[in-house]
Amino acid sequence: MAAIETHDLAREFEGGIRAVDGVDLSVAEGEIYGFLGPNGAGKTTTVRMLTTLLQPTGGRAIVAGYDVAKDPGAVRRKIGVALQEAALDPLMTGRELLELQATLHGISKRDSHDKSRWLLDRVGLTLAADRRVGTYSGGMRRRLDLAAALVHTPEVLFLDEPTTGLDPVSRKAIWEEVGKLNQEGTTVFLTTQYLEEADQLADRVGIISGGRLVAEGTPQALKGEVGRPHLELSLVEQEGNESRAEAVLARFGRPLPARDGVLMVEVARGSSEIGPIIVALDQEGLEVESLDLVQPSLDDVFVQKTGQHLEGASEDTDETEAVVE
Amino acid sequence: MHTLAANARVVAALGKRSIMQTLRRPQLLAPLIVFPTALLAIQTAGAGRAVDLPGFPDVPNFLSFMLAGSIVQATMFTGNSGAIAFAIDMEMRFTDRLYAAPIARSSVVLGRLAATATLGAIIAIYFLALGLIFGAEIHEGVPAVIWIIALTAASALAFGTIGAAIALRSNNASVVQGIFPLVFVVLFLSDAFFPANLMLEPASWVAKYNPFSFVVNGIRDPIISGWSVTTELKAIAAVVGIGALGFALCAAAMRSRLRRGV
Repeated sequence: MAAIETHDLAREFEGGIRAVDGVDLSVAEGEIYGFLGPNGAGKTTTVRMLTTLLQPTGGRAIVAGYDVAKDPGAVRRKIGVALQEAALDPLMTGRELLELQATLHGISKRDSHDKSRWLLDRVGLTLAADRRVGTYSGGMRRRLDLAAALVHTPEVLFLDEPTTGLDPVSRKAIWEEVGKLNQEGTTVFLTTQYLEEADQLADRVGIISGGRLVAEGTPQALKGEVGRPHLELSLVEQEGNESRAEAVLARFGRPLPARDGVLMVEVARGSSEIGPIIVALDQEGLEVESLDLVQPSLDDVFVQKTGQHLEGASEDTDETEAVVE
Repeated sequence: MHTLAANARVVAALGKRSIMQTLRRPQLLAPLIVFPTALLAIQTAGAGRAVDLPGFPDVPNFLSFMLAGSIVQATMFTGNSGAIAFAIDMEMRFTDRLYAAPIARSSVVLGRLAATATLGAIIAIYFLALGLIFGAEIHEGVPAVIWIIALTAASALAFGTIGAAIALRSNNASVVQGIFPLVFVVLFLSDAFFPANLMLEPASWVAKYNPFSFVVNGIRDPIISGWSVTTELKAIAAVVGIGALGFALCAAAMRSRLRRGV
């Protein structure tokens, strides 16, 4: 059974604005589904409908086996929701918030104390448990928000841009926690504007644009759709040697137009072709100065499917490097 | 029954959280205590000789007369502060957290109103204690104290429904804050701080039929003169009427929010 299934899901707002326009998707139990889209594409509206915060005006959505429009109470018992803006009361302490959340889910007072303590420990907030949320950093707030979403051990977890605005270390901590949850069997529906996040975490990705799902598949399959890996290289003595180099490269794959003096060629078998290419160039007396194997990215997919780059894509790259460092 | 108990537990938890929110946010707490206390002190000190005016109710002192007005004023501020806090919750989308939980949506409003009623009761106790310390007399004694606390709590809840409806409709704390001056207009055009029979027309006519005058007199009579069934029934009717109107407006605002997808 699918954990989330929508058929022709739509939401029209006053004034005829159709924020979501017939979305069909299916998320399997135990899957991490990344939902990508630029601001205004309809991803938050979709999440709000799936979490019963907003009524659909068309179509149907089944979450954890229940219809979001016909049985919203049953859906709410099965889902955990961490919202985009980390809707936390700055005047409450972390512990108070978790205990309130437990009460909202019908957990007894005693169990709510125990569960809160366990969750605070799990997300590394034990020492800050009795501090007001207003004194928490962005990363601590997100971790608390995540803990609050887990208080009733949900079957399906909705994370709406859980790491937006976070520093790389905090972002990585959230990723690790989401990965652990998924290993424990929780289905995760993740909206994000960070391509690397979707690439790292998601089993499958859906791309929404203009309220419609324009692409869906595993990150690898989607990247495979937009092209093969390509090699970018420059020579020690480039001038006068370009045409000879291009002739050599053409033996290995389809040459791509050079950009800023960098020669490019598609390589169907990826890194295994680097060695033979260097040898062939060397035999022609061409010395390679630098070489990069470039894999198609989800941004390439995004550009092809929507005609625009995803917000945060450039920031994504920078921060990824920072994580690696 | 099980569902009722579960709902009651949720309303109590949300009410407790709302009270903490008020106590921890000085800008919400100050209007409930500081302003009405200051106005009571200023009025009592400055207009104390009003009791000598012909037609003024027979009272031991002006403070005894003023007490009911101050309680109702603080109660209205409580409703307003609660509504501001509710609108802040909506602005920061804390209410989304609540709506995404398996609870009745009405529990969110009821939790807020339970807090407002509790704060109303605390305010009644505070002003009655203040009055007794500074020389007011409560004609009907302990039963009157209990009645006044109960009526004040019910009034706070009723006033709170109007504020909650405005918060639900506007989704904006500044808009709710904007109704604050109206509290003074409503109160000065009632029996709260001056007897309606001594006002000039048309203020006197407005004050005579102002439902807030009924509430004020329902609190004032047991303090200054004694029980009057008619007065108390009018007070109850006013509270029920304001509350019913507020609940109807809240329900309409909730339906509108769902429709608009706010």
